[in-house]
Amino acid sequence: MDAAPPAPEVIGGGGAASVDRPLARVPLVLNKRNFSWLTERISGVVENPAPRWWWVTFTITASVATFGLFCLGYQISTGVGTWGLNHPVGWAWDITNFVFWIGIGHAGTLISAILFLLRQKWRTSINRSAEAMTLFAVICAAIFPGVHVGRVWMAWYLAPLPNNYGIWPNFRSPLVWDVFAVSTYFTVSVLFWYTGLIPDLATLRDRTTSKIRKFLFGIFACGWRGSNRNWRHYEMAYLLLAGLSTPLVLSVHSVVSFDFATSILPTWHTTIFPPYFVAGAIFGGFAMVLTLLIPARAMFKLHDIITPQHIDKMAKIILLTGSFVAYAYTMEFFVAWYSGNSYERFAFWNRVFGPYWWYWWVGMLFCNCLSPQLFWFRWCRRNIFVVYFVCMCVNAGMWFERFIIIVGGLHRDFLPSAWGMFYPTWVDIWTYIGTLGIFTSLFLLFIRFLPMIAMSEVKTAVPEADVHYASPNGQHPVAAHRKEQR
Amino acid sequence: MRTPSGHKVYAMAAEYPSAGALYEAAKRVRDAGFRRWDVYSPFPIHGMDAAMGLGKSWLSGWVLFGGVSGLLTAALVEFGPSSFLYPLDVHGKPTNFMTVPAFFPIMFELTVLFGAFAAFFAMLIMNGLPRWYHPMFNWERFTRATNDGFFLMIEARDPRFTETGVRDLLQQSGGQHITIVHED
Repeated sequence: MDAAPPAPEVIGGGGAASVDRPLARVPLVLNKRNFSWLTERISGVVENPAPRWWWVTFTITASVATFGLFCLGYQISTGVGTWGLNHPVGWAWDITNFVFWIGIGHAGTLISAILFLLRQKWRTSINRSAEAMTLFAVICAAIFPGVHVGRVWMAWYLAPLPNNYGIWPNFRSPLVWDVFAVSTYFTVSVLFWYTGLIPDLATLRDRTTSKIRKFLFGIFACGWRGSNRNWRHYEMAYLLLAGLSTPLVLSVHSVVSFDFATSILPTWHTTIFPPYFVAGAIFGGFAMVLTLLIPARAMFKLHDIITPQHIDKMAKIILLTGSFVAYAYTMEFFVAWYSGNSYERFAFWNRVFGPYWWYWWVGMLFCNCLSPQLFWFRWCRRNIFVVYFVCMCVNAGMWFERFIIIVGGLHRDFLPSAWGMFYPTWVDIWTYIGTLGIFTSLFLLFIRFLPMIAMSEVKTAVPEADVHYASPNGQHPVAAHRKEQR
Repeated sequence: MRTPSGHKVYAMAAEYPSAGALYEAAKRVRDAGFRRWDVYSPFPIHGMDAAMGLGKSWLSGWVLFGGVSGLLTAALVEFGPSSFLYPLDVHGKPTNFMTVPAFFPIMFELTVLFGAFAAFFAMLIMNGLPRWYHPMFNWERFTRATNDGFFLMIEARDPRFTETGVRDLLQQSGGQHITIVHED
């Protein structure tokens, strides 16, 4: 996957492939940018005044977020009856949104941990913002299970503490596993993210002229000075955090899927759920990473760092995981038929031709299975608009998928007398849109206040970072650049 | 050791033009037998640990300790209430030892959680961080250590430190802007 494509055309970043060496790897940082250029450009995003579009976007998203918080307050003060949930659909948009958001987080950890262990150096351009996205997505996710219990002040029942009758939570329950899995996931993601941030905060500390910034960046940089005696332990800590996060990320969505898979409901009670959910999570998460990074890259002119090669590789991962997901969908239908269980067969027939038929045709079939297949074609992976279109399809499709699994499983009970439909209320709709606002607002704040690209890591992807590097004309490019500066 | 102006000397330091130059210089300083010295770079340089004569970081031992304590904590938190304090009868399902796989997810999660905390705090403690003041910050060029500068410093406390000897070593290894770094 790391081999460079031979054709020299590159969109948006200037031609960098060498024509005389067709098998040479395309550099991860284009236009032979040096270390100080990388520092300038990435720190500039934080240091320069916020561009006008940032204020416009932030005003909109923050307003949406505020209204979402109002909806949450209204729901908490009035009761869960403000949502459209009722018998038989007792889990609807709330749990759909929970699974949707938690899944989006998975791409961040995949990029930061799994691609690190696989030595995929291209991850260095995208890992910081993807990890930030993970945290914000998990924050949005955590809202829903916390609030849907109705009496949120009793949420401490989820904690491993005895209640006033001395009864402890049932540690054999997947819902308790879920609490442990999601809170561990969030905590470990924060630790991993902050560990990565320390050297970059030191960079910002050493550059800033503002006293307040120097103080704050200084505090959080912990006095980092780039000493190799420190890098030695730092790299080991980073490696081990990556090693711990790798099984963690696979476990989180597996545990989320246990919430469904350990029940006896047709379409929920399946053993394929854990891998199916994990693949879907990475699939949806990568789409969200691209949704955020493609505009950010254009706005802050980061084309030399987040290159067409990066987008190409992410598109390939979307194709791969999208195909896993399509396979899992197919297997579900096959098993429903092959099992001979009439309830299971009915549930899947109902998925395709029942009252929620178009959710399946549009969301699962078109958005999730068919649209990523465009990425078989290089032209589609290299065209920003096609990539963005597919990402939007996947974002929507993954939400539909969770809705179909949850509401589709509940709205047709075993007895026709218990059948019903789910209709969202305005509170349902605006709570969900509100979390979209919270998510984008947090991301916008992140790119303004923290380096959105891991400077200390992306520098290792530059050829000069290799101690055996010698430039073709025998002159060291960093040294040459220094001479120019003097 | 003090300078003529009365400042206490912390170290002698030099800047190098590239990661490769710093790497070669580190090997020479290592071979000259210095003990209290360090190199500074904006990113971890691959192979520098060996060039400095440093071995593997045993931070991993703390992570193992953290992981094992997480596993034991989970076992305690699960078996304690569920087997001894208040065994829950849920749908008449058994609560005997054969149900232990239902405890595995939380055991796994806490192993990871405690291991991650151990990795993070061991990294800070083994590096002596947070330490917001360091004599190297007195050198104005040193701000580039987090940007594009490569620095090497030999502490005055090192038994082999002599002003002329270290200056020659830094000069011969390609160091530029050789300077005395003050402690205060």
